[in-house]
Amino acid sequence: MGRIQLKRVQKKFGDVEVIPPLDLEIEDGEFVVFVGPSGCGKSTLLRLIAGLEDTTSGTIEIDGSDATATPPAKRGLAMVFQSYALYPHMSVRRNIAFPMRMAKMSREEQDRRIEAAARSLNLTEYLDRRPGQLSGGQRQRVAIGRAIVREPAAFLFDEPLSNLDAALRVGMRMEISELHRKLDTTMIYVTHDQVEAMTMADKIVVLHAGVIEQVGSPLELYRHPRNLFVAGFIGSPKMNFIEGDEAAGHGAHAIGIRPEHVDVSTTEGPWRGTVGVAEHLGSDTFIHIHGIPGCDPFTVRAPGDVAVSHGDAVFLTPSAPHIHRFDAKGLRIA
Amino acid sequence: MSTKASRSAAKVMISPAVLLLLGWMLVPLCLTLYFSFLRYNLLQIGDTPFAGWENYYWFITDPSFKAAIKNTLVLVGGVLAITTVGGLFAAILLDRPMFGTGIIRIMVIAPFFVMPTVSALVWKNMFMNPVNGIFGRVATSLGFQPVDFFGQIPMASIIMIVSWTWLPFATLILLTALQSLDQEQLEAAEMDGAGWWNRFWFIMLPHLARAITVVILIQTIFLLSIFAEILVTTNGGPGTATTNLTYLIYVSSLLQFDVGMGSAGGVIAIILANIVAIFLMRMIGRNLDA
Amino acid sequence: MARAVSRRTRLTNTAVAGALGFLMFFPILWILVLAFKTEEDAIRAPLEVLFGSGWTMESFTTVQERSDYFKHFSNSVVISLGSTLLGLLVAVPAAWSMAFVPSKHTRNVLMWMLSTKMLPPVGVLVPIYLIFRDLDLLDSRFGLTVVLMLINLPIIIWMLYTYFREIPGEILEAARMDGATLREEILYVLTPMAIPGIASTVLLNIILAWNEAFWTINLTASNAAPLTQFITSYSSPEGLFYAKLSAASVMAIAPILIMGWFSQKQLVRGLTFGAVK
Repeated sequence: MGRIQLKRVQKKFGDVEVIPPLDLEIEDGEFVVFVGPSGCGKSTLLRLIAGLEDTTSGTIEIDGSDATATPPAKRGLAMVFQSYALYPHMSVRRNIAFPMRMAKMSREEQDRRIEAAARSLNLTEYLDRRPGQLSGGQRQRVAIGRAIVREPAAFLFDEPLSNLDAALRVGMRMEISELHRKLDTTMIYVTHDQVEAMTMADKIVVLHAGVIEQVGSPLELYRHPRNLFVAGFIGSPKMNFIEGDEAAGHGAHAIGIRPEHVDVSTTEGPWRGTVGVAEHLGSDTFIHIHGIPGCDPFTVRAPGDVAVSHGDAVFLTPSAPHIHRFDAKGLRIA
Repeated sequence: MSTKASRSAAKVMISPAVLLLLGWMLVPLCLTLYFSFLRYNLLQIGDTPFAGWENYYWFITDPSFKAAIKNTLVLVGGVLAITTVGGLFAAILLDRPMFGTGIIRIMVIAPFFVMPTVSALVWKNMFMNPVNGIFGRVATSLGFQPVDFFGQIPMASIIMIVSWTWLPFATLILLTALQSLDQEQLEAAEMDGAGWWNRFWFIMLPHLARAITVVILIQTIFLLSIFAEILVTTNGGPGTATTNLTYLIYVSSLLQFDVGMGSAGGVIAIILANIVAIFLMRMIGRNLDA
Repeated sequence: MARAVSRRTRLTNTAVAGALGFLMFFPILWILVLAFKTEEDAIRAPLEVLFGSGWTMESFTTVQERSDYFKHFSNSVVISLGSTLLGLLVAVPAAWSMAFVPSKHTRNVLMWMLSTKMLPPVGVLVPIYLIFRDLDLLDSRFGLTVVLMLINLPIIIWMLYTYFREIPGEILEAARMDGATLREEILYVLTPMAIPGIASTVLLNIILAWNEAFWTINLTASNAAPLTQFITSYSSPEGLFYAKLSAASVMAIAPILIMGWFSQKQLVRGLTFGAVK
């Protein structure tokens, strides 16, 4: 059980409104990702749900009952922090046991749950070590273990992978997704990394300056970004935006084309440009092209074996069905 | 991280400390201020009439007040000069690579842990005694007339004793500050062609500026209140040669039992200390933001 | 980083610094020597003292027999330990509040606490003396313990505050999420994590209280007199008995010297209120 509803939730620090009143519904069992650039209020929003901060106004309901004034410990939520926040003076076993100890759970039950969590997280042989003796990935798993044993109504993750190196991050991403499938518990996950958001979420909440820009499934956001911000934020490399005459020709203030929705040719096409930098990744080539009116450089995602080099003249053909149109306010024109 | 609950818990948790310190500061402070305007001597039984500025007047016009102010300044200034310059020298020395760093450092710092009464008595009797003291013996054996330290140069003697205690303090703090200096900065300067003196002057000294200021200010606070060293060596004498403000107030209040006069002196001492304190607090406050 | 230095430079540095160390340490060394001499030997010429006389423990026993040294020693222990522990009891919660639930007043409160430390003791000597007289606290260990606790409280709070600030708040939040009450959070999470900081705070405070020589001298006479006051009885003419003065001094400073050596680093933080680390 873990249905969370935010109703007109607002947060001010002093006179600064970090989060203007917003509404959000999170269904039971859903994997929701809050994503946005740093300082967009996503962590604050998570901490409001956790109860580590007070709402300035509005209500937070967990499973239908008002939890706005409930202290964090009583909300039945578990949190995995960015720094893992393990207790450095306790062994892994005692770290994982801590929430159960606080809940005065019986010793047998504690041991049973610790064993189960350790087994599923591959921590069995590390139970008697201190956090300081573990690698980053292992610490991360201990933090998750400590959250699992409480059998919470929902898990809150605050940028949990940002302290790991790139290779480990991919692995942990899968493990967390796996965990979600197995436990089927609500998870709210905060990140600034749109790749994490796209790969893990059932539902993405894009935040910008405390405001929810769009809520939807990863593909919805990719296919139908509601405004320029979401269009630019979701997808990598970033969408190309063209303003001016070309956009006006499409009846819009600005048009957006993703790098993967453009064909490159050395012979023909409506737009002509010169190759600047070509990044060869092996599987793909990202070509940065200069000289396209209204957008410089224009990025194109081409196949890995495309043979272009600096200074070559190229022609671009955008794929018409994939052109996104935006009005002067930056909103999508349907 | 704050919710209404944690904020109100924080208030409860901090209140004992605040109340205790508030009481400790306000009650005696108000009483001192109050007494300083009374004609109040513990030896005279009867009322303690209001005396206006009388106590202040007599305290300030007393020739020993002038002497005490001068002595206080000389004592504080002398010790500061010796300990700051000496401490800088010692810190730079101890920061260089050598054998047995730990032992040598401990030997230099040890005097700071010697209680003031012990250090004063040991110096007075075993070193500065003209007959049996080590200095006297060395002088005699070399054919010189031994110096009667507390008779001839009482203030210098006390400055020396106090400096012995505080030189380690200055050294320790400057050494700590020196060790936080980024070695790469020095190496970069060396690459840029700076010799030792230039590295000292343009890099080390500016880096230490803050620590030196802290040393000076904190020592000043403590040195203004030097008491035990004077009590066990000279009792403020000969005459008033080594009476500082603290000692003068002690004499008027606890030896002459003149509560009014002692309190007036106390108020003056508080004002003087506050002048230094304001500067010190600013320094520390700036650090708090960083 | 550290560069290789020639052996010769190293030796020169060692010689110069060693000379400085010896000069500074000599008075302490000297009382260490004289404490184990007879009175007659102690006033002989320095070289004769070192090489031409025997060693004895007699001064220590005389000091104890004549003036009940251990009474004063135990006063020092009770007063410095007592004031430190009392102070800790008040300071831990206060430092917790300021370090983990800072408000816009925190800075001012800290600075104000510090300012009480700047108050010259002589400025409040008279009223404190009179209050103690009226409450019958003069020459009592309890009274002195409380006074020393109060004068060192700002330092204890400051030191703990700077140590607590180094503990990431997320860990305490994690404890809170895990269902710990405030008491459990401080007892099971904060305190064990801050043990090194708390230990150095305790150490520094014991040193400061042990060596405090204004209030201990002015508020005690004989019963509650700690070692600072006891030593003043050697002021004159007993101070001329070098062996006994040395023995008494050695016993008075030994415990603190040892503690001091352990707390060099923390001392800097404590005495500069975190302005130099």
